[in-house]
Amino acid sequence: MSKAILYDATLCIGCKQCEGACAEQNKLPYDDKVAGETIQSEHKYTVVLTQNDRYMRRLCQHCNEPACASVCPVGAFHKTKEGPVVYDVWKCIGCRYCMLACAFSQPKYQWGKLNPRVTKCIMCPDRVQAGKPTACAEACPTGATKFGERDDLIAEAKDRLKQNPGTYVDEIYGLTEVGGTSVFLLSPVPFEDYGLPKLAKIGDKPLPEYTGRVMELMPDFIPLWALILGGVYWVSNRRAEVAEVEAEERALRGEK
Amino acid sequence: MTIMGIKITFWRVVFVVIMVLGIYSTYVRYLQGLGAVSNMNDNFPWGLWIGFDCLCGIMLAAGGFVVTGAVYIFHVERLHCIVRSTVLTAFLGYVLFIVGLLYDLGRPWFIWHQLVYMNFHSVMFEVGMCVMTYTTVLFFEFLPNVLERFNLHTPIRWVKKIYPILIILGILLSTLHQSSLGSLFLIVPEKMNPFWATPALPFFFFLSAIACGLAMTIFESTLSSRAFGRGLERSVLTELGGALYVVLWVIGLLRVEDYVNRGIVKSIFQPSYEAYFLWAELTMAFVIPLIILSFKAARKSPTMLYIASLSTILGFVTNRLNVAMTSMETWIGHHYLPKWTEVSITLMICAMGFFCFSLAVNYLPIFEDEHSEKHEPAPLIPIAEQTLVH
Repeated sequence: MSKAILYDATLCIGCKQCEGACAEQNKLPYDDKVAGETIQSEHKYTVVLTQNDRYMRRLCQHCNEPACASVCPVGAFHKTKEGPVVYDVWKCIGCRYCMLACAFSQPKYQWGKLNPRVTKCIMCPDRVQAGKPTACAEACPTGATKFGERDDLIAEAKDRLKQNPGTYVDEIYGLTEVGGTSVFLLSPVPFEDYGLPKLAKIGDKPLPEYTGRVMELMPDFIPLWALILGGVYWVSNRRAEVAEVEAEERALRGEK
Repeated sequence: MTIMGIKITFWRVVFVVIMVLGIYSTYVRYLQGLGAVSNMNDNFPWGLWIGFDCLCGIMLAAGGFVVTGAVYIFHVERLHCIVRSTVLTAFLGYVLFIVGLLYDLGRPWFIWHQLVYMNFHSVMFEVGMCVMTYTTVLFFEFLPNVLERFNLHTPIRWVKKIYPILIILGILLSTLHQSSLGSLFLIVPEKMNPFWATPALPFFFFLSAIACGLAMTIFESTLSSRAFGRGLERSVLTELGGALYVVLWVIGLLRVEDYVNRGIVKSIFQPSYEAYFLWAELTMAFVIPLIILSFKAARKSPTMLYIASLSTILGFVTNRLNVAMTSMETWIGHHYLPKWTEVSITLMICAMGFFCFSLAVNYLPIFEDEHSEKHEPAPLIPIAEQTLVH
């Protein structure tokens, strides 16, 4: 069934073990310098943000209906049935529309490479398929990042909110945002403090619907418009022909 | 001044400087990557090349479908004399768009993947397919010019036979991709400033393409008549000016209606970073040309028509840059300014357009009506002598 990640900021101690495990899993360099970086980039798929001794993890939300997958002209992204949104680098042409379209600004780019690729958290699809948790969840010493069945994690998150009133802001981030995601965040402080867009701003409708509304008009629009253009052409052409013949006839009569 | 038999003029020097800088930037682009040549980054994945070369380039090449549609579909015979120059502009515009794309794409060598791994949900896929097909259509629409130059009359007859189909196909494809360039931004309503984040974006992109198609026709005809002594009759220009006047009114009123509908009229008049850009856009695209064109005497004056069309073009270019960049700066929290190497590549692509246009005008029967008497073919003077004379 569909898997997901639940991150609870109240359990996080900011040890950044998840960052290290992620780098190792994806064969990326990781040292003190990278650990000190507070933004995601082509060599840092996930980051633990710190603000007044409170933490927040950022990673790809793995939307149920991902904007990146919908906008990619060559379909380089797709949502697997297990939950991860994965990227097929060999298809990519490098248009970077995914980066523009993502509401969470997750896809990053290898700006310095000559054959660059898009990078983002892909939720360890090989491990997930093998029934193992993601590298970050496995590495987390406190259980702040938890991997499991999506439905179970939603129930658990709801339970935590109910059991600890006042501890969290009353929201499971990722549950309804852009039609639901596979990464849920719980936090004692507002999510926008960490740069996560508010639900009021991004809405609970899947983003692909905005373009889908226009794209689904195409099959009707194309033949209709072709027919109209053809019709107008036929009528105006016929008119010109008739006018020409009439002019000739008039000229003939005029000569007589 | 003459060096080695080549006359040195101001514009030739400018051209050479632009080309040299452009070639240097090309070297940086393909040997050091996108990061080294541009100011694009993870915050601004799309920069000047998408904003200007692609969005504006396609808009400015729209004259092709507007004029061929008027002449061949609606039988506005008076405009027949401008078909060739607008088809030429359109063809060059689309070819240069593809050149621009080869710079902007991170992996241009895989551009053909579009034909293999099709994603029918993607607006970008639709734009890509339409542009590919339409460039082919434009090639055939342009072909008779070349065939005529070499007196190959049999193939001209073949092309003539399928001309109506080509024209209808051209309009169909143009309608689709001109509007779809606007649809590209429908998926990020949350990132855009409400001034530009309207569900009617595809509609406005299509309409602004028509306005710019007309304005570009006036603009390039005026330039050609200055540079080569070959341009359009004044009566035709007046007529185009009149059409532009009507189209601008229609777009302007629809823009107002859209603002009223979405209840943001008030915020337009409050000074803000975005509002300044919006004011610049609206002034150039609507206020100036509408005032000029409302006078009958101005519509008859080539200079006034030139100013009005130039203002329209600049206004709608600003509009598209606003949609692609200005509108998202607040969400992103950074400003974007293109690097000089980025600008130099854009300038080089424009310069190549001017150069090819002047070559074509000199060697092909562009400003000659096909119904008129046969012309002497242009004498084959060395290229350097003829082009970029002024």
